[in-house]
Amino acid sequence: MQLTVWTYEGPPHIGAMRVATAMTGVHYVLHAPQGDTYADLLFTMIERRDKRPPVTYTTFQARDLGTDTAELFQAALAEAYERFKPQALLVGSSCTAELIQDDPGGLAEALGLPVPVIPLELPAYQKKENWGAAETFYRIVRTLAGPRQGQERPKNERPLANLLGPTALGFRHRDDILEITRLLDSMGIGVNVVAPLGASPADIQRIPDADFNVVLYPEHALSTAQWLERAFKQPYTKTVPIGVTATRAFIAEVAQVAGVSADVTERTRLPWYSRSVDSTYLTGKRVFIFGDATHALAAARVASKELGFQVVGLGTYSREFAREIRAAAAEYGVQPLITDDYLEVESAVRDSNPELVLGTQMERHVAKRLGIPCAVISAPVHVQDFPARYSPQMGFEGANVLFDTWVHPLMMGLEEHLLRMFREDFEFQEAPSHLGAAPQAPKEAPVAREAAAATAQAAAVAVAARPAESSGTAAAPVWLADAEAELRKIPFFVRGKAKRNTERYAAEKGISNITVETLYDAKAHFSR
Amino acid sequence: MSIENAVADAGCQDRQVRHERGQRAVFCGLTSIVWLHRKIQDAFFLVVGSRTCAHLIQSAAGVMIFAEPRFGTAIIEERDLAGLADMNEELDRVVNRLLERRPDIRMLFLVASCPSEVIKLDLDRAAQRLSANFAGSVGIFSYSGSGLDTTFTQGEDTCLASLVPVLPEAGRDAPRSLMVVGTLADVVEDQFARLFRDIGLENVHFFPPRDSQHLPPVGENTRFLLAQPFLTETARTLQRRGARHIPAPFPLGEEGTTGWLQAAARTFGVPDERFEAVVAAPRERARRALSAHKAKLEGKSIFFFPDSQLEVPLARFASRELDMTLAEVGTPYLHRQHLAAELDLLHKDVVICEGQDVERQLDRCRQARPDLTVCGLGLANPLEAEGLATKWSIELLFTPIQGYDQAGDLAELFARPLNRRGRLEV
Repeated sequence: MQLTVWTYEGPPHIGAMRVATAMTGVHYVLHAPQGDTYADLLFTMIERRDKRPPVTYTTFQARDLGTDTAELFQAALAEAYERFKPQALLVGSSCTAELIQDDPGGLAEALGLPVPVIPLELPAYQKKENWGAAETFYRIVRTLAGPRQGQERPKNERPLANLLGPTALGFRHRDDILEITRLLDSMGIGVNVVAPLGASPADIQRIPDADFNVVLYPEHALSTAQWLERAFKQPYTKTVPIGVTATRAFIAEVAQVAGVSADVTERTRLPWYSRSVDSTYLTGKRVFIFGDATHALAAARVASKELGFQVVGLGTYSREFAREIRAAAAEYGVQPLITDDYLEVESAVRDSNPELVLGTQMERHVAKRLGIPCAVISAPVHVQDFPARYSPQMGFEGANVLFDTWVHPLMMGLEEHLLRMFREDFEFQEAPSHLGAAPQAPKEAPVAREAAAATAQAAAVAVAARPAESSGTAAAPVWLADAEAELRKIPFFVRGKAKRNTERYAAEKGISNITVETLYDAKAHFSR
Repeated sequence: MSIENAVADAGCQDRQVRHERGQRAVFCGLTSIVWLHRKIQDAFFLVVGSRTCAHLIQSAAGVMIFAEPRFGTAIIEERDLAGLADMNEELDRVVNRLLERRPDIRMLFLVASCPSEVIKLDLDRAAQRLSANFAGSVGIFSYSGSGLDTTFTQGEDTCLASLVPVLPEAGRDAPRSLMVVGTLADVVEDQFARLFRDIGLENVHFFPPRDSQHLPPVGENTRFLLAQPFLTETARTLQRRGARHIPAPFPLGEEGTTGWLQAAARTFGVPDERFEAVVAAPRERARRALSAHKAKLEGKSIFFFPDSQLEVPLARFASRELDMTLAEVGTPYLHRQHLAAELDLLHKDVVICEGQDVERQLDRCRQARPDLTVCGLGLANPLEAEGLATKWSIELLFTPIQGYDQAGDLAELFARPLNRRGRLEV
């Protein structure tokens, strides 16, 4: 048993729903108790879809368990087919139905429906959402495109690619497709099928017509792409085009696979914005990164190589891609964090003392609590992560978006400069409103008391997070009056950090009274 | 699958109720944790379930607005399913870890889910076992929030029912007391407490209490008023302990609130003149607050999808106090006895539908094209996209809507979607 409050991924049948909802002309009949229908709101509320997901739940209840839930499943399936007339059906169980072992696949076959029925085996007590999405997509492609194995691929006038991996409820998938389609078009390459997002069963059957596959989201599409390579000799791209350097690498890879020129106009401002004087202040900003593997890996690269940040933490909840994350972490000289326990992530964020967090919705809340700026880079997502504007993460426009969204939570260079100049002015006693996070600096409360409280609180949380270590924490260091006065002279927007660093330094050195000397010793210790 | 039979179900109310079975779009009882944990402030709710349960609570409740909510999930994994003995050890380990982490917890609920019910994990016994370990420091209880047994608000019913056996005994010589049963917002509870005091009732208790150390006494001299219509099991267990139910409408709107308070006042022998004198001013305020919204809502039609069991009292309020017309009143379950006073106030022709077959109900809703549809979160945007104005039924649980001073707020909840449509030019 795993104790959790938050979970990064839902169960695998939610992954299957993400695929089914992304597509057209399919319907998913899910053997599930009432209550599992909550999943509809992920799509209608969080993603603001204007249609219900194409899912029929059997919604069995306790009284049905004594009788025949198998019959209930068959009735629901027959009725769903009659009502929706899909071109293909998916059938499967949620976690509870898995336990009652009704075998939706077998039951569906017995009905003899006139469309392909794809049974999904998604072990709910072993696997999770992204695996469920990948498995579902693979099963669909295998069932619908599989029969064409051994047939010749048609000669295409211009190279054709499939874009694989975007689903419903994905992080900016909708916009990434558009961006990559435009990029490929500028290279003279057409898009054959985008799947699963927007694809019908008929489209899936056409997948083998393309010359190669572009794997946009390996979490969902890698197993399918590997199978397509074996079955149809379709090569697939390994680079995920997030950030300028990866987009360039992607273009080179595509050019080689498709046999076209890699000469593409780079419509991006990121390189110049990064080089502009204002960006000087970005130098070495400490950034903590956590998300799905694809977005976390990309974020680490963009942060360090394109924005000049220092990666101080890198992790993922995608255990399937742990190896890649470990390799990248080694490159940045940090400990990889492979976990789906948000408490571990929270303590890692606190321990690494970052100035910016790039994470999921959960890290956004963790960062908010810790008073650290944050930008969301990956699912799990919330309604604000489906913006009305065009906002891709991939390609050159994606790079522009990354610059804006990651840098805006921070203080801009010019702003920092002006605040320094006018810091004595009463107008600037508060942090600029757009930073959102409350400044950690004390206002009325005496620093000493607040520091003690903050440290006690941090200790309490740390103890809470790791019950094994329990008590034994040294008493919180106390700020002496002169040190407290000195701390107040530090500009408020770095004062919180100075305070935390000093206390951390004092705790590490076993110093109980913080003096002016301690403050400057700590400054020297942490200076970079 | 749907066994749809409009039965001529002639009970004491002599009205037709349509019974429907099919796909249901209703949350399971686990979701009631979201308001229960806010009410009983030193309690923790541990769902023993699957990743789906954890995901449900997170998604349905927008859990991430809480710094560290007082609820969580013990997720059953593959290795737990291998052997049940092992699973009890696992549960003990999780509970120990939790209580170590949260020494402020005084009351812990083990909440059964669909998977734990299907594998017959005995949480009642686990609660007894753990209670012995934590005797004196933490009270450990269990109840079911499983979608196999409960919908949405019924989780509150099973939770409260699990507490009834430990309520202190009020002996035979105890003074007569009133217990208000059902979670109310603190502000509403305080308003009611003042009104009861002013009409002269001295021993008034609220259940659930704000903290676990103040469980109300119960005994033969206890009379209870239901503040929520979904507390079937709780009422039954209270009656088993000698308490007696005061039949009343529910305290929604000016009329419902008056009827509810008056039922208690009469039970306790409060003279009518005194009652009228106390409620006159708040009644007048409620009427004033309603009038502005009524002007916008009268004549508009409203369609209720089944969700919280609040539908019948809400329909009564909408039709009688706002002059709206009722297209259909869906409810997951209709407790005829508890709703008797409400049903008496509803027009005989109102279509009441118990249970659900969501596709057919959607067909009827589209056919009726009501001015306002009250429905769950999963249906709202698709219906809006079809041009129907909607109200999330869950808001009616999370917003204080009971009592005189909330009557206007309740009307405003219905008026807002229409008001918004009136403003938009896009």
